[in-house]
Amino acid sequence: MRLSQDPTIDTVAKLGAVSVGMFAFVFVVMVPLYDVLCDALGINGKTSSEAYISVSAEVDETRSIKVQFIATNNDGMPWAFSPQVTEMLVHPGAANDTVFFAANPTMDSMVAQAIPSVSPSRAAEYFHKTECFCFEQQPLDGNGEAEMPLQFIVDQDLPADIKTITLSYTLFDVTSLMSDKVASR
Amino acid sequence: MGDHHHGPAKGLSRWLYTTNHKDIGTMYLWFSFAMFLLGGAFAMVIRAELFQPGMQLVEPGFFNQMTTLHGLVMVFGAIMPSFVGLANWLIPMMIGAPDMALPRMNNWSFWILPPAFLMLASTLLMEGGAPAFGWTFYAPLSTTYAPPSVTFFIFAIHILGVSSIMGSINIIATVMNMRAPGMTYMKMPLFVWTWLITAFLLVAVMPVLAGAVTMMLMDIHFGTSFFSAAGGGDPVLFQHIFWFFGHPEVYIIILPAFGVISQIIPAFSRKPLFGYASMVYATAGIAILSFVVWAHHMYTVGMPVAGELFFMYATMLIAVPTGVKVFNWVTTMWRGAMTFETPMLFSIGFLVLFTIGGFTGLMLSIAPADFQYHDTYFVVAHFHYVMVAGAVFSMTAAIYFWLPKWTGRMYNETMGKVHFWVSFIGFNVTFFPQHFVGLAGMPRRIPDYALQFADFNMMSSIGAFIYGASQLLFLYNVIAAIVAGEKVSDEKVWDGAEGLEWTLPSPPPYHTFETPPKIEEQPAH
Repeated sequence: MRLSQDPTIDTVAKLGAVSVGMFAFVFVVMVPLYDVLCDALGINGKTSSEAYISVSAEVDETRSIKVQFIATNNDGMPWAFSPQVTEMLVHPGAANDTVFFAANPTMDSMVAQAIPSVSPSRAAEYFHKTECFCFEQQPLDGNGEAEMPLQFIVDQDLPADIKTITLSYTLFDVTSLMSDKVASR
Repeated sequence: MGDHHHGPAKGLSRWLYTTNHKDIGTMYLWFSFAMFLLGGAFAMVIRAELFQPGMQLVEPGFFNQMTTLHGLVMVFGAIMPSFVGLANWLIPMMIGAPDMALPRMNNWSFWILPPAFLMLASTLLMEGGAPAFGWTFYAPLSTTYAPPSVTFFIFAIHILGVSSIMGSINIIATVMNMRAPGMTYMKMPLFVWTWLITAFLLVAVMPVLAGAVTMMLMDIHFGTSFFSAAGGGDPVLFQHIFWFFGHPEVYIIILPAFGVISQIIPAFSRKPLFGYASMVYATAGIAILSFVVWAHHMYTVGMPVAGELFFMYATMLIAVPTGVKVFNWVTTMWRGAMTFETPMLFSIGFLVLFTIGGFTGLMLSIAPADFQYHDTYFVVAHFHYVMVAGAVFSMTAAIYFWLPKWTGRMYNETMGKVHFWVSFIGFNVTFFPQHFVGLAGMPRRIPDYALQFADFNMMSSIGAFIYGASQLLFLYNVIAAIVAGEKVSDEKVWDGAEGLEWTLPSPPPYHTFETPPKIEEQPAH
């Protein structure tokens, strides 16, 4: 395809289009593709950002998986943040409930966002959350406290060599990000 | 353009308004040399601080600003513009074109560079200091934890990205549309080929870098969360985008250097280049592979095993076309009537030291081993062998090789040889010991280190001062040649030199090849 009769203008127009296209490529392809790949493959221990709709699950009582919980505050986050239990033994296929505690020791209203990560990262796609406080932001008034629920199912197809799964939450202060900007997970 | 040969305008306006490829090439070369000295001064601060363990001269924060600016200035200010300058001077003369295809854009792509670097350097004087997050500016160091001056850094990157893209489009348009009749693609000198491929890489990846810094800008000022986990983003995404640009970038730096070496070694071996076609294909092969190896810079971020293996094998594959090139250069010299003038010395120095850097690159490509080497001085040693002994040595060889053609005056050969040997020894004394301290575990980008690294670091610093000082000899030699060098009467200058530029008088008139030259049947490479 010729964009101009003048071959030089033609070359410049095509190359200009390529460079504009590559700039757009970063935003419209690379960023979404990265998120899709991480979600689909569980890369970086990322778990799905949406609630899992449980299918009629058969509970596999022949094996037990140890699930550990870690709660961490991001840099400068003053909240108290901890799991109710640090670990539990679960059967694949069974629904399990636990809660995390959060307390805002400051005098000001704040909004927090918890970001999950699963280790080993291979286990991320087998770790389903049917309910999680991390799906939404958590506002707390000054000196407020909250119990934050988590319900999860470990998939029956979890590879046999995985005996322990660690679920780690990092709590971020997103007060300044404005709560109307919905975080994607 | 009139039908008479007219000379350049007089005074400062000649340089401001010039659209002449030779003038613009000269400005690029002087600008990049100034940046080379500035980046070198930053390196001297780094090596002076590391001369002895403990904190001696500068604050750790300032040290980090020095490592950051050293990398940015050397990569974007010294090496890249120097090769653009070389392309401006040589490509029209090598393909028989009267000038670049877009002379006014050419003027603009040079003149936006000095303001960009002035802005970058001015961050040193700002509140909070200059960027201190390393030349790779990983988020969140460069976003959440960045000094306020990061915004100026971002705009500087934008401007020099625009400059590079305009320069590359110009080079591609020139090579594709302005070759003299009979100058087919497979007759082009290899320097033109390597630059053509490099220019395509630049057009493809400089916009990616612009995208990365634009995302940083939006994260910092407009509340987006591309790289912030709190808002659903991911700092690791930054590394993927950066290295998707960054790996082709290292070939952008080294491919024109390959082109230079492919011109000089045949000239002083008095034989045509061995395996011309395979050199072209190897260059293209390296360029294509450069797009699928980026994550070998990030083996330790926690990739799946399949990813580590893919990037490991793809990276190792690059050694094949690179090996073809090294083989061809050595075979060109084989049984040639070799002489060892300064350009040839620098080219052979390039060949030996670049190959060492290539081998350490292969070591680093091994994913499980890289967990040990990652972010140590071993990496610093590796990339200085390919960047300094690779790109800078070949650039130095190019200056010595073509300076008599450009100026019509010869440099001092003895001083050139002294420059080579002092550089060669100084370079190796600086960077060879860094392999050892790196393997022993000394991390990069730190202002202090454990006592067991003291001796090697002192050696490194002494070598760096020697290497740095030897560049002043180079500057003196070039200026002395321009001002009072012995006049060159011969068009060819070097008796083994081949190519259209050597059919022009020395120095060439202001406008050359206004009527296209006749291309002989014998390929001119």
